Amino acid sequence: MIKITNLHASINGKEILKGLDLEVKAGEVHAIMGPNGAGKSTLASILAGREDYEVTEGSVDFDGVDLLALNTEDRAREGLFLAFQYPVEIPGVSNVNFLRTALNEIREYRGQEQIPAKDFLAMVKEKSKLVELDAGLASRAVNEGFSGGEKKRNEIFQMAMLEPKLAILDETDSGLDIDALRIVSNGVNALKSDNNATIVITHYQRLLDYIVPDFVHVLHDGKIVKTGPKELALELEEKGYDWLK
Amino acid sequence: MGYTEEELAEDLKNQEYKYGFTTDIESDDAPKGLNEDIIRLISKKKEEPEWMLEYRLNAYRIWLTMEEPIWAHVSFEKPNYQDIIFYSAPKQNQKAKTWEDVDPELKETMNKLGISLEEQKRLQGVAVDFVMDSVSVATSFKEKLKELGIIFCSFSDAVKEHPDLIQKYMSSVVPVTDNYYAALNSAVFSDGTFCYIPKGVRCPMELSTYFRMNKSGTGQFERTLVVADEGAYCSYLEGCTAPQRDENQLHAAVVELIAMDNAEIKYSTVQNWYPGDKNGKGGVYNLVTKRGLCEKGAKISWTQVETGSAVTWKYPSCILKGDNSVGEFYSVAVTNNFQQADTGTKMVHIGKNTKSTIISKGISAGKSQNSYRGLVQIHKNADNARNFSQCDSLLMTDECGAHTFPYIECKNSTAKIEHEATTSKIGEDQIFYCLQRGISEEKAIGLIVNGYCKEVLNKLPMEFAAEAQKLLAVSLENSVG
Repeated sequence: MIKITNLHASINGKEILKGLDLEVKAGEVHAIMGPNGAGKSTLASILAGREDYEVTEGSVDFDGVDLLALNTEDRAREGLFLAFQYPVEIPGVSNVNFLRTALNEIREYRGQEQIPAKDFLAMVKEKSKLVELDAGLASRAVNEGFSGGEKKRNEIFQMAMLEPKLAILDETDSGLDIDALRIVSNGVNALKSDNNATIVITHYQRLLDYIVPDFVHVLHDGKIVKTGPKELALELEEKGYDWLK
Repeated sequence: MGYTEEELAEDLKNQEYKYGFTTDIESDDAPKGLNEDIIRLISKKKEEPEWMLEYRLNAYRIWLTMEEPIWAHVSFEKPNYQDIIFYSAPKQNQKAKTWEDVDPELKETMNKLGISLEEQKRLQGVAVDFVMDSVSVATSFKEKLKELGIIFCSFSDAVKEHPDLIQKYMSSVVPVTDNYYAALNSAVFSDGTFCYIPKGVRCPMELSTYFRMNKSGTGQFERTLVVADEGAYCSYLEGCTAPQRDENQLHAAVVELIAMDNAEIKYSTVQNWYPGDKNGKGGVYNLVTKRGLCEKGAKISWTQVETGSAVTWKYPSCILKGDNSVGEFYSVAVTNNFQQADTGTKMVHIGKNTKSTIISKGISAGKSQNSYRGLVQIHKNADNARNFSQCDSLLMTDECGAHTFPYIECKNSTAKIEHEATTSKIGEDQIFYCLQRGISEEKAIGLIVNGYCKEVLNKLPMEFAAEAQKLLAVSLENSVG
């Protein structure tokens, strides 16, 4: 699905990623953990195509496509989805209009017809149930006045609507209470299939009780320093990160 | 759900000014320049009665004593009034009586503007008084309106057919002496629209006029007068597009609205005059006086979407003379490249329990300057007057400017006045969020800006709202910096 090789990246001349390697196959869930400042969110931003970062070395193969050669919107259209740590508000733009625009742009890129309004609304109804999103929220402006939990649920709702090949969840658990965590996780799990993959970026082992990873990676100082099965997360919870440095 | 995506995509492809074409029709021009002889010529060509000529000459003499206002936050080379053709009429053997008689080339122009009358007659239920240069060439729906006693005709026809109404109401809201451009308009106005809704009549359709400048070097001086008698209602739409020009064109219109007791007038404008090119060359000077008078319990609502013109100087205002009258002003003003806009409103509270609302959304891009200038004036007898003003500015680049000049004059201690203002820069995070969902940058800006202006766009009649949304997106193409 995605193969990252020797990725180096910097911002304002400061190197953040220092030769990162990672391969995620279809049907897999990978968790990336690590201390603050290790480069976890930077990795997510670079894969999504944020312009602030400069890739100085390395390559990213996304299902046969050179990901780094694509602009941000085309990466999304190829099937890469980022669930933001801090989803922004877009006042006056309804969630449904936003999603319909996004969905039709993706479909156009793939040479598909625009989605008929009726099918679209049926899809909204079906997918909003997945994250127990109030039907009213779908017609409200994008994230405007949403609580922290609602914003995160809305991210997963959007993910459900856009059906990406690879979803990157950037600290989706931050700021969630137990109930919201369960709802969001159930949504992610329900969307899992043999044809897609998920990268979960998190600080805490707690999320991984709900979204069970196939592999856990420890990111430290811009590199993956350890990879293990899901039990590695428990070990980290107990010992912290210092022993890996 | 707003605009359709294909339409938007199509519009975005056409970066250059969409309506930059001219119609090749013989014109019947007056010589360049302005003097009493020219005014006599205009009046004669229009076969006007003596009193109209006297009115014009009087206005001209007043204009000569006045000076161009310089207080607005705009700078441009003052027009050379001796180099302007003040009268230009498309040459036709005789005035068209039915739509079928209209010159095919004029019809073609209207088709390019997307306002095929045939279409509109059938589908829209919109009566259109199409003004090309100076003479109204076709008026539809007149018969239907006539049944209700509604008068909707060109200003020239009204001068001949309804002289009593014109003499009674013309200049009753905007006096000839009001300002430099209003005086000029009064002297040389070419044509325009007159509309009268009788007592208790609710006009069943949107009344619409498309203005369009055509002849190179021709200034246009429109005159609009809308009178809603007691308890009447009407909604009036005004849309403007102008052909692409290198030299500057002057547009000094006067619009007067009169809402008698318990009447209501909604006046909506989408203004898309040629704004000049990317380097600030050319473009229309839009120097307009618009004002409405509200008698007891009356309501006047101005909604405008201003995206065009090199220079905009425009303050649609309400005189809330009658007790319990209501004035509203909803505005979106977009400036890009080197455009300059100084626009806002005046709400003059004279009657008791009068209410006014001002919502202004300014969007500046490129190197443009965008100013809101508003006056809320509470007279001493205006007990319990209330005003709410909200002025928001959105900056697209680091080189543009947004300015707010709110003036408040209050002489009554029971008045309640609220003013809110915000300035923000379009968020890179918002755009990145859209891009990450697969939305292109152009569409992202369209979405964000339309969301920002939603409160105002919602006030437009349906058929205008979609057009306005597209216009905003097109006006702001490639504007984030």
